[in-house]
Formats: sequence, C-alpha cells, structure tokens
Amino acid sequence: MKLREVAERLGLEFLVAADPEAEVRGGYVSDLLSDVLAHAEAGDLWITHQRHLNVVAVAKLRGVAGVVLARGLRPGPETLQRAQQEGVNLLTSPADAFDTAGRLHRLLAP
Amino acid sequence: MTSPAPLRHKEIFPVVGLDLEHAGQVSTEVQRVLRRLGVEAEVVRRAGIVCFEGEMNIVLYTPGGRIILLVYDDRVELIFSDQGPGIPDIELARQPGYSTAPDWARELGFGSGMGLPNMEANSDRLEIRSRLGEGTVIRATFFRRRDEAAGSGGAAGA
Repeated sequence: MKLREVAERLGLEFLVAADPEAEVRGGYVSDLLSDVLAHAEAGDLWITHQRHLNVVAVAKLRGVAGVVLARGLRPGPETLQRAQQEGVNLLTSPADAFDTAGRLHRLLAP
Repeated sequence: MTSPAPLRHKEIFPVVGLDLEHAGQVSTEVQRVLRRLGVEAEVVRRAGIVCFEGEMNIVLYTPGGRIILLVYDDRVELIFSDQGPGIPDIELARQPGYSTAPDWARELGFGSGMGLPNMEANSDRLEIRSRLGEGTVIRATFFRRRDEAAGSGGAAGA
C-alpha cells in the first residue's frame, strides 16, 4: 500500500513528504537505533519517539518507507531540514505507538 | 589472505567526538561514494550500516578519530581509528547487550549494546585492535560478489 494511502487511513500528518508514493510493506516499532538497523526491513514504516538528526540517517540506511513519530511528536527544524535533504518521509501520528502500530497492522494484514 | 587486487579508491573522513549534530553523515557519504563507483547494492547497504555503527562509537566514546574507505576490485574496507580510551575487554564488548554508554546517549536511542554485533553481522570480517589509553582500530571487510550482483542466476558457492 502506498504511504499516501496509509497516511490517510491512519490519520497521519506528513511533516516531510519526500516520496508519498513509497510502498509500505510492514512496520517496525523501536526507539533503539541499532535495533532498527539490525531488524527493521526495507519498506517498513518505522514508528518511534526519537526525533533527533540521527533518525534520518538510520531511516535512510535501512531504507524504511518512512518515519512516524508517535503521540503527535514533532522534530526540530534541523531534523526536518535533514529529512528533506536526504529524501526521507517524516510523519507524525496523533495516536500513541501502540495504537498507531495496531492500526497499521490491521491495514496491512486485515 | 590479502589479495593483490588494485586499490580503486581511497578516502579519509574525519570524525569529531561528541558532535552528535554531524554524526551519521559519514555513513551517508560513504554510501554515496560507493554507489557512484558502481559497488554492488548489497555491499553498499551493509557498509552503510557498519559505517554508521563505527562512526557512532567514535562520536559517543572518544574525542575523535577518522574513517578510511578503501575500495578494491574484490572488496571494500572500512577502517575506524580513534584516540579514545580503548576497550578493556573486547570479547565482552562484542557481546550483544553489553554497553558502557552514558544515560544521555541511551535516551537518544544509542548505547543498546548492539553496535559491535551489528558491525560483525554486516561485515564479512571484523578485526578489532585496542590499547588502553591509546585508542582503537577496527577494520571491516566486505567481499564483493559481482556474479550475484549481475544477476547471473546460478547457485555458485561463495
């Protein structure tokens, strides 16, 4: 499913829409960067509470479809700018990580 | 063990300790360089992850160091060297979950004790040399398997 459609269905807000047509194949929830590097899959939507600059590097290295900040969290201008530069989709979800992941799972594996 | 394949590219990236704002940029740049040189996507992916982990180790634990990228016809090497405190027990540090990271680093999602294990899992060879009070040198080697990248099919042994 395209990220654009996932965002609509889950009520996610795009903070950086680098490639809304990216294909979302799954999801991963973690706040540990090395854990994401080790276990997230390319095409996953990464749900996290981390919002500093290095999140962009990890997202790009792992090839995730996008980063979703839980609980309506928003990053500072530096992170937004880096995500734009690197072409990383960045979104925020009004729901907490549990609900966001649950809804995503229902959407992708009904 | 070292093959006589000629060196195609060498680049040195300085890494500043405790500079979290720029941390992670070397790995992005290394991936860019490798792609430009036509290195296989699978090696680019693994080298990027290893580079990020090695770079973060230098940033989080040392006053600084450098990363050397070497590209040969048959392999890619990343050499991380720093002037940090050294690793007292390398075998312990290689164990998943072992970490000496300070709280501030853990709060940012670093220091989960998966750095060296990730570097091992994503490289074909990882050599660690460390001297207390002097620093650490880590060499990660990635073998290029161009037959696979070319999609030639066959199940030839690596």
